Amino acid sequence: MHSEPDIVVIGAGPAGMAAATLASSGGARVALLDEQDGPGGQIWRSITAAPEARLQTLGPDYAAGLRVARDFAASGAEHIGRATVWQVTREGVVNYLHAGVSCSLRAKRVILCSGAMERPFPIPGWTLPGVMTAGAAQILLKSADTVPTQPAVLAGCGPLLYLLAWQYVRAGVSIAAIIDTTDASDYRRAMPHLPRAVMAWPYLQKGLALLRVLRRKGVPFFKGATQLSIEGHDAAQAIRFTSGGKSHRLQTELILLHQGVVPNTQFTWALRAPHSWDTAQLCWRPDVDELGRLQDVDQVLVAGDGRGIGGASAASIQGRLAALAALQDLALISTDKARPQIDAARSELQRHLRIRPFLDALYRPKDANRIPADDVLVCRCEEVTAGSIRDFVKLGCSGPNQTKSFGRCGMGPCQGRLCGLTVTELIADARKALPEDVGYYRIRPPIKPITLAELSSTRDN
Amino acid sequence: MTTNAFSVLPGAVSTSLVNLTFNGQLRRVPAGISVAAALLGSGEMRLRSSPVSGAPRAPYCMMGVCFECLVEIDGVPNRQGCLISVQDGMQVRSQEGRAQLAQQQEPHEHA
Repeated sequence: MHSEPDIVVIGAGPAGMAAATLASSGGARVALLDEQDGPGGQIWRSITAAPEARLQTLGPDYAAGLRVARDFAASGAEHIGRATVWQVTREGVVNYLHAGVSCSLRAKRVILCSGAMERPFPIPGWTLPGVMTAGAAQILLKSADTVPTQPAVLAGCGPLLYLLAWQYVRAGVSIAAIIDTTDASDYRRAMPHLPRAVMAWPYLQKGLALLRVLRRKGVPFFKGATQLSIEGHDAAQAIRFTSGGKSHRLQTELILLHQGVVPNTQFTWALRAPHSWDTAQLCWRPDVDELGRLQDVDQVLVAGDGRGIGGASAASIQGRLAALAALQDLALISTDKARPQIDAARSELQRHLRIRPFLDALYRPKDANRIPADDVLVCRCEEVTAGSIRDFVKLGCSGPNQTKSFGRCGMGPCQGRLCGLTVTELIADARKALPEDVGYYRIRPPIKPITLAELSSTRDN
Repeated sequence: MTTNAFSVLPGAVSTSLVNLTFNGQLRRVPAGISVAAALLGSGEMRLRSSPVSGAPRAPYCMMGVCFECLVEIDGVPNRQGCLISVQDGMQVRSQEGRAQLAQQQEPHEHA
């Protein structure tokens, strides 16, 4: 690298683009590293390459990413796409792979904007071909105009599930059924949060409008679904569930699962930063201050869904807050000048977060779909069942790390991303302990696979 | 799978196509999309078998976190198909069980 950047931003979603844009216009030399070709993250995936018809299908919230991407492109921040970051150190060194070559940057500040991933959905048959996440199906639509050929079944709960259904309706794709796990107890839990959510009216309005379209189009809807299980030998053939006191079996070769998103915390865990268990969102969040400064790690900040799920608008504000903090640290903006901007962003953030307690309560994923029965695979990579993990606990296994030596749980290529939350909650349940006492896997770099040949091909030295 | 699970929307603006092979079979796929999207759109679902039990697996997350789309690309095993864009002449193979590191060929025609 010819000149080292002041700030490295990781991730080109709403938080990353906002952080890079503001930091760059504030006078910092900024490099933004991202795994995709173009900017957008998952929510605005392929936004700069989207033809008009696709923008129409995906709706205005998707198209809103265009302006953000344009501002980012004009900001002067360097965008390094197809970069796979495999290590961030506490000293601000960022190691990544680019075109098969290992590269390294050293920054004064690193802003992690690694976003969210879909929560694991461990039910019988979830590893079969023909089962994927709703987010995966949406990425196929966003990045490749690719949609199900046969009517698909959508199952689970949460805004993304209904949004995908709405987008499919607009694309002319038929939906076999939406199997919704939300039941009356969820509405009761959410009700106390409704007054606050009403203050975030645009969000509620959008959600209600979307559900109305699905109803009007006559998409079959099963409410309060329990006992979900997918049948098939080499591929999915049917889904079974109970709804309205009756058991159902729908024949289908494509099942799209979703039960919310959770912060992608691989980097912050690998940095050995402290994390807390969020009892409302049922996931870990890194401990950060209000600007996103990571506790105990001076040179690293976190913005966006990676510090707790807040959605795209909140992420973008957090990106700006982190950029302001970094600019202050680098003495590129005075405290006096930063203060009013920070205050304005903070109150804007509060407005956007008002809807969250309601959504978190209403779409709280069911215990049975997070802490599965004994025969369900929890660790997809090493094929470890919930029953095996309960057996490990009986033998004295007290936390996720020990499941590795008991049965290779979490040691496959996904490095615990698809089983970590389940393992924490499962052990906590079996031990009658709190997730915080059980802890999480010890995540180590490289957090993405890199060959020795790639590692030895460094461009920098 | 009796029919393709996925296909490209009929109204989609047709971009240029590139040729790749999957397990030796020629596929013409839209340029600029990921290997996993291209294979799903051309009728493939199962891209690998698990190294533990040999169970069939297919792309699950499409965003680089689940590693279920691991395939061999131009002789290099363990590539994340959902993160790599298709290139003309690319040779993709399903990854059966454990990656055969010992038999790994020199990556050729690497731009």
